[in-house]
Amino acid sequence: LTLRKVSEQRKILKDLFADQKLAVLATHSDGQPYANLMAFVASADLKSLFFATTRSTRKFANMASDNRVAMLMDNRSNSEKDFHQAVTVTATGTAREIATRDKKRVQKLYAAKHPHLKDFVSSPNCALMRMKVETYYIVTRFQNVMELHIGQ
Amino acid sequence: MIRRLEHISESDKNQVGGKACSLARMLQTGIRIPNGVCIGTEVYDEFVSSSGLREGILMELNRKKFEEMRWEEIWDAALRIRNKFLNTPMPAGIADELKGLLSSQFGHNPVVIRSSAPGEDAATTSFAGLHESYVNIQDVDAMLEHIRLVWASLWSDRALLYRRELGLNVETSTMAVVVQELVSGERSGVVFGMNPNDDSQGIIEAVHGLNQGLVDGTVEPDRWFVRRETGEVISHSPAARENAVLPSTTGVELKPLPQATSANPPLNPAEAQKVFTLARKAEALFHAPQDVEWTFRSKTLYALQSRPITTRSDATAEDKRPWYLSLTRSYENLKRLRERIEDELIPDMIEVADRLAEQRVDTLDDRHLASEIKRRTRILAKWEQTYEDEFIPFAHGARLFGQVYNDTMRPSDPHEFADLLGGTNMASIQRNEMLAQLAEAIRRNPVLERQLRNPDDATLDADFEALLNTFMDTFGEFTFSGAHSGKNRRHIIDLVLEMASREPVKKRFEPDRVKRLTEEFLSRFTDEKKEFAADLLDLGRASYRLRDDDNIYLGRIESHVHTAVREGRDRITARGHFNAARLEPREVARALTDSSYRPREAKASDAAGRQRKLRARQLLGQPAGPGIGTGTARVVTSPSDLFDFKAGEILVCDSIDPNMTFIVPLAAGIVERRGGMLIHGAIVAREYGIPCVTGVPDAPSLIHNGQQVTVDGFLGIVVIGKPTLSRESPTGGLSEA
Repeated sequence: LTLRKVSEQRKILKDLFADQKLAVLATHSDGQPYANLMAFVASADLKSLFFATTRSTRKFANMASDNRVAMLMDNRSNSEKDFHQAVTVTATGTAREIATRDKKRVQKLYAAKHPHLKDFVSSPNCALMRMKVETYYIVTRFQNVMELHIGQ
Repeated sequence: MIRRLEHISESDKNQVGGKACSLARMLQTGIRIPNGVCIGTEVYDEFVSSSGLREGILMELNRKKFEEMRWEEIWDAALRIRNKFLNTPMPAGIADELKGLLSSQFGHNPVVIRSSAPGEDAATTSFAGLHESYVNIQDVDAMLEHIRLVWASLWSDRALLYRRELGLNVETSTMAVVVQELVSGERSGVVFGMNPNDDSQGIIEAVHGLNQGLVDGTVEPDRWFVRRETGEVISHSPAARENAVLPSTTGVELKPLPQATSANPPLNPAEAQKVFTLARKAEALFHAPQDVEWTFRSKTLYALQSRPITTRSDATAEDKRPWYLSLTRSYENLKRLRERIEDELIPDMIEVADRLAEQRVDTLDDRHLASEIKRRTRILAKWEQTYEDEFIPFAHGARLFGQVYNDTMRPSDPHEFADLLGGTNMASIQRNEMLAQLAEAIRRNPVLERQLRNPDDATLDADFEALLNTFMDTFGEFTFSGAHSGKNRRHIIDLVLEMASREPVKKRFEPDRVKRLTEEFLSRFTDEKKEFAADLLDLGRASYRLRDDDNIYLGRIESHVHTAVREGRDRITARGHFNAARLEPREVARALTDSSYRPREAKASDAAGRQRKLRARQLLGQPAGPGIGTGTARVVTSPSDLFDFKAGEILVCDSIDPNMTFIVPLAAGIVERRGGMLIHGAIVAREYGIPCVTGVPDAPSLIHNGQQVTVDGFLGIVVIGKPTLSRESPTGGLSEA
């Protein structure tokens, strides 16, 4: 049963991450929450969420002083139907800039999903970030919530 | 949006549905039908959109996967949806338009209101009878209300189940409604242009009165087989002709036929000929053999509706519609079922259990014990089948009452009717009350409590001892998944000690509530209708009570299976080869007769690491008992878990059967995997005012002993764990190592 449940939840995540291009990133500055819409891509093992930002942004500064972040991904259609149909996933974890040795590989992954951002992600001031996910909170059917602990 | 039947053309089909379309075509080719209008799907769509019902319905149906819902849960959801329709007035604009049109069209004449859903009556998907029709509706407000009820029937359990069976998408379902003048025919029936079993023949069925009695099966028809080519009668099988369905002040009623009428068949040969000609005309019009409902008012023949016959070749996919239709049972049918259950089945069960109780198993040799185990298992299997086939359908008695109650009272809580059903001297309630008495005796007597806590103290208070013995004699056999052992007395003592350790639970409702609700319900009816309402309540109560009692009696039979199986397990374990404690009855019988038999090892459950990985945080079920309760989870999967239960814990289980309701008063909240409104857990929880959520998929495996659980019985959700986030400590710097 548990195996079936785990793979059910992983499939929900994979489908959502394949369909959705944008996610909301939450950071904070001295306790003041701050949120941004980000293009993202997930690793196949679901352990990492990748996104990019230039180093002069507030979100970058926020993460530099506290790298704990949350991301929200969802498939809402902005219609009433969302209440019974939409899937919402909150990921919690920590973000770091990708080490040089992994950069090429992740850039390729990112550009494959967001071809129009290829120049952006490879520009010198752009930081490619890896969010190491600890937990996914998966909301379906309006109020059904499962936690998938992915870290460890 | 609203069209007169004579103005409807084939191109309107998606807005008016198949029934309206075929009526219009008959009318336009000169077949006489009662005059009428069709309220298009646009009106339905506007109603559900402007009122927010559309998403409300879909949220209700998406609380869990549809294929995981038991039909009782679907029925439950359907009931809530129906109540939403009943309690949602039509927007003023639509109401005014409909009222104006209906009064100009029909004045004060009574009408028939019927569904005409697009997709209905197509050759491959016959929805015949799945949606509601209402006959003899008189004033304009009542018409509007019944239009809403016809709309609601799009979401009845049987309509939902049937759509699932056909793989139709419920999200796009919509419905048109036909309103026609009521033609109070004296003779009515159905004609089949072709006999599905013999394509050289046609069949005419006819009854006195309206054809509702024929269509729903309460009145047996006269039947004629005719030659398809000529319409000539081959044979006529007369019926008993005892009753007829006739219009009453509002609606219809079943009345005995006067002798003079019942002596004659509803049709003479010339009329039969005329009816069959109608079927052939319809067949020519629709290019396929038809099943036509008709009625004669004096000498005039009216067609009421026509649809293609599902022929044998079409039916290869096995038409299960009859089964879905059987989900609603008529009052008459239920009354017969009640007699059979009360007068035959329950006494039989008691007798079987008594006979089993007399048969000792410890004196049998191994071979005879093995056959006794098999025999008892067979007896149990037979009664379990009876339970499926006859006791479960009788639950519809409660459902029928519930529907009438909700229609009459329009309660804001669609489950209020369930409160009128319980408390009528059920075996489980008697048992629970005795336990409460035992607990109360302990509360009042600290010496007794000390004695009971010390198992070696043999001399108990005489009154208490007597009460305990009576309890053990009457209910000592009760089981939960076969819990039955010599430890029962100790278990019961521990249980009543636990019960005594907290204040007696006050029932949620004032003592006279049921009486008050009953009086209010009955006061809405007059004369013979009042009598019918009282009979219906009585039927509902019997239905609920028997569903409780049958479980108790089935539990008794089950306990005798376990007595024999336990004896076998003990003997096998005593041989010293392996522990037989978990052996299935079949394996026990085998091992008793074959000393070399070794059961296969059960597989170890999957890795614990996986289990830690996935946690349920909030689970969605059905709200079954209002209130919010927080406590430590106690997952009950076996009898011993039941007796470990501590006051103030949250009871998490597969389903509460009547045999375990006694721990309910100890619980701070209840979570059940099994869903449905008439399940015992839900009703007992309501009675004691304990928050309860049912129909939570996988609850017993997703919730673990000791977890903090909050049961929200208003919203039907269960929250597991504390509201904290797992987190690392803050770190500055962003470079990866």
